[in-house]
Formats: sequence, structure tokens, C-alpha cells
Amino acid sequence: MAIPLAYNLRNLSARKVSTVLTALGIGLVSWVFIFTLALAGGFQSALQATGSPTNAIVIRNGSTAELTSIVARDAAASIESQPEIARAPDGTPLATHELVVLWNLKRKNGTPANVVVRGVTAKSVALRPKIHLVEGRMFRPGLEEVVVGKLAQARIAHCALGDRIKLAGRQWSIVGVFDAQGTAFDSEIWGDVELFMPVFDRPVYQSVTLRLDEPSHFGALRKRLEADPRMSVQVKHEDEFYAAQSATLAALLRGLGLFVTLVMALGAIFGALNTMYAAVGSRTKEIGTLLALGFSRGSILTSFLIESVLLATLGGLLGSLMTLPVNGITTSTMNFASFSEIAFRFQVTPSMLLSGMIFAAVMGALGGFFPSRKAARRVIVEALREA
Amino acid sequence: MASENGTLIHLRDVHKVYYRDRIEVPVLQGINLDVHEGEFLALMGPSGSGKSTLLNLIAGIDAPTKGEVRVAGESLGTLKPSRLAAWRARHIGFIFQLYNLIPVLTAYQNVELPLLLTRLSSRERKKRVLFALGLVGLEGRAKHFPRQLSGGEEQRVAIARAIVADPTLLVADEPTGDLDAKNAAEILTLLKRLNEELKKTVLMVTHDPHAAERAHLIYHLDKGVLQS
Repeated sequence: MAIPLAYNLRNLSARKVSTVLTALGIGLVSWVFIFTLALAGGFQSALQATGSPTNAIVIRNGSTAELTSIVARDAAASIESQPEIARAPDGTPLATHELVVLWNLKRKNGTPANVVVRGVTAKSVALRPKIHLVEGRMFRPGLEEVVVGKLAQARIAHCALGDRIKLAGRQWSIVGVFDAQGTAFDSEIWGDVELFMPVFDRPVYQSVTLRLDEPSHFGALRKRLEADPRMSVQVKHEDEFYAAQSATLAALLRGLGLFVTLVMALGAIFGALNTMYAAVGSRTKEIGTLLALGFSRGSILTSFLIESVLLATLGGLLGSLMTLPVNGITTSTMNFASFSEIAFRFQVTPSMLLSGMIFAAVMGALGGFFPSRKAARRVIVEALREA
Repeated sequence: MASENGTLIHLRDVHKVYYRDRIEVPVLQGINLDVHEGEFLALMGPSGSGKSTLLNLIAGIDAPTKGEVRVAGESLGTLKPSRLAAWRARHIGFIFQLYNLIPVLTAYQNVELPLLLTRLSSRERKKRVLFALGLVGLEGRAKHFPRQLSGGEEQRVAIARAIVADPTLLVADEPTGDLDAKNAAEILTLLKRLNEELKKTVLMVTHDPHAAERAHLIYHLDKGVLQS
């Protein structure tokens, strides 16, 4: 049987100051680690949730984002007449053609931001069931009215209900605020596509989004549209399209975050190393006694390693608790795929907290290994002689 | 455990040399010793005479430079470290001058330590720990930490820890060296009782002639040479 856990727990409690300082150091690293995951996760989740698996999006062949896509009016009409498209209650195809422009607006703090201004049709909301108005009403076609996403309203100046915002040299009334449940649409401004086209001087749409009548019909639709030489388009599942847009930046955020975390982790590991060396140094005689009583060197190694891991896990727990307040906080970043600002919420999930704890435990194991090995290798007679 | 003629400890031509700054320091020189089961032996001698070194060799926590150390039927030089650790757990009960209790464990937990190396159930361990604490008169102090005990009480807890696993041999290194006269006398009486009532073989290192008087046999070590 191993050395009792009470031995390690009480030793940690007996050295309160070094225990707390080391745990705080590890906790801070753990916090940065979870924070990074929550940042990347929140961003990715916002974009991934933007698309629906039952929808398909059609953009120009070779484009990776709506901004770089063009779909001509006649091509859009042809796409919307395909037989695989689901029908609205009135029998019309459940499809929308949209225009997307980036417009430079001021944030509430005065800094500039590229905001997605989307020209939509009456079907756009029906195709995105997550979206619903929370304030005001929908814009009326043909009028200089827009509705804004909830996060755009929160971050962009002059986006409150009743405000007027200047776009393409005209003043637009904010007549409604919609909630897109944390998706990328929450950062957008929507208005009438047919009015936007002349105002923004765009003779073409950027995309066509449609609801499939049967998910299994996607292949046939894609095959036909992508084979049509007049259109030169590509057809994608809407959820996969948005997920792909998030991949680059999410990977970059994770990579940068992990680099910073690893640099900090080195410091924390040295902290744990120092603490555990001090623990081993101050308990040399106890180690000698335990070895003399018959505990194996493996038991001593394991016991000190467990102590180091317990100490680090305590730090991980502190880090996790410190991360909880950022959960749900809204921030924004530039989406590299669209060069537009996307607001999203930090998303701290149980698996991230678990990852943070495991990361902390690994730091503890790394920091505790050499001191533990030193403890296990003590010569019994010399250890017993220590004061 | 002992050989056919009842010899528990058998040392032949045992030498121990330490090196200090590459200078050879002989500590034990050609020690021959036989101790029979149930004996109470005192090892005396001035500081640096090699008493504790000899005790450590017999207890299996140090190795001779030359010679054979056979205790409880095992030639200790042939045992691998892991087997030697298990052998110590089975055969040796340690009593140290400064008690060597684990400060963060209670008296009960300190006494239980050697039993954690056995296959006993927690119920059986509890029974044995309380018996050992009762034997040293500290059943009421089971939940106390070492810092809450007097020196004499700490040494009695250490003795309870030494006997709880029913070892073959008790080795005591200056067990009264840190105690006042009254407590020292109590500890020696306790050791004597363990020897007489529980038939434990006791090997005690001491420089106190009064302590040595409790033993059946007294050996003197002088400059690493054993003299009876």
C-alpha cells in the first residue's frame, strides 16, 4: 500500500504560503490556457452556429467568402428555381439572394470597425430560424430602414433603436434589433437587398442561400449547379461554409494562446520545481524514516509526485474558478476570412475546464518529477542524519 | 526466522569504510557477532566508535564494505533494494533517538504506517494499532499530533510503531538520548517488557551505562572493533 494521502495533504496545508503562491502561479497559467480556449472556442462556435445543416449556400466558384463572390441576377433566379429547394407555405422557393458589403463604422469607443452590411429578402429570416426580432420591427422594403444584430447594437455607435446611421451617403433609420443567438449574424446590419444594390452600387448579389427539401438532395443540386458553365458557382452546406471560415483564425488564436501559455507554463513548472525541492529538502529525515520502515523508493517517488500534482491541481482549480467570470462576456475580432468584425461570447465549457485542470496536473507532474526522484534516491542513513 | 541454533543475527568479518574527501575512514573492522532470538543486547562505545553504523548494517539500511551480515535467515548483501525494503518492513522495528515521527500524521497514523506495507484489512490494522498504543499506554492519545505530545510520549508512539507489525528484531539507536531521567527509565522499562513479555529480540545502541544495564548482554565498540 502507498504512503497515505493524508501525508501529502497535510504537508501542503502545513506549508501554506509556498502552497498558495505556487498554486496561484499555476492557476494563472491555467487561467490563460482556459481563456485562450474559451476565446477560440467562442469565435469558432459563433461561426459554426451561423450556418444550418439543412441550408445550402451558393457562391462563385473559387471564392472562399461571400465578400469575394458574385452571383449575377439571372444566375440567382436560375438557382432559386431548382427542384431540390424546399417551399415556403405560399409555395414559393425557400431561398434568398443576398448582398454583402463591408462598411467602416465607429465603435462606441470611437475606434473603427468593418461591419457586415447585408442586403436581404423576406426569406432571409425564414431561412435562419435562430433569428428573431427583440426590439422594434423588420425594415420595410424600399425604405431607408435597417435592422441591426444585437451585438452590433451593443458595440457600434448610433445603432440603438430609433437612431440613424450613415451608410453609402444616406441616413438609415434603425427600426429593429434582432437576436441571432450568438451567431455571426448578430454582428451585422440588415436592410432591403433591392434598395442596397443601387445605393451601394453593386449590380450583383454575393450569395444565394436555400433550404433543401431533403438533405439527401444536396448532392444532386450541387452536381447540376456546379456543372452549369453559365453560372460558375460552388454549392456548400451552409454550416460547413461558416465553419471553414472560422478555422484559420481559431487555429491562429489557439496557436498564439498556446505559445503564450507554454512560455508561462515554463515559469510555473519552475515554481513547482522550486516548491517541491524545498519540500523534499525540509523532509529529508521523514523520507529516510519512511524508507527505513520499508516503503519502497517507488512509493516515495509516487507520494511526492502526487503531492506536486495535488498542488498543481489546486492551482488548476483556482485557474478554472478565475475563468468562470469571463464566460459569456462579449468581445470582437477581425474575421480573417471576411475582413469584418465579428462579435462573439467567450465560451467556457466543462471540457475546457477539464483541459485546464489536466494541463495544471501535467505542469505539477513535470515540476515535481525531479524533486520526487531526488527524494526517492536518498541514501537512508544520510537522510536519517539530517536535522 | 533464526537459524537452527537460534541465532538471529550473524555477522562475520564485517568491515565498513567511509570516504571523506577521498580519505578512507575505517569505521568497523572485522566485526564478528552472533545474537540469539529473545536476547536484549546493548552496544556501547564512545562517539564515532561505529555503534550506529553497526546497528544500521544489522537493520539493513546500510551495507558493509566487506563481510557477511545475515539477519533473520537472510544474507542482506544478496537482497535487491526492493526486497531489502520488504525485508525491513517484515523483520525490523526501528526506534530512533529523536523519535522520527511524521509530524503531519497523528499518533494513530504514525503507528499504522508499517501496517500499510502488509495485506491486513483496515479493521485488522485498527485493532493492531490500538493494541500497540495500549501497550505503550497511549490509547487516549491516538488522535494527537506529535507536536501535541511530550518527548516521552513521542518515543512511546515510536515504540508502538516499531512493534505494531510484530517484527523479528527491534533496533533502538540511543532511545533515551533525548529524554529526561524519568522518561528514559519508563522507555527502558517498556523495552525490557517487550523483550520479556513479547519475547522480542532487542538491539540497543547507547552510551548510557544505566540504560545498558537493562540488557542481557553488553558489547563495547572501540575504534570499530567489538569487545564483549
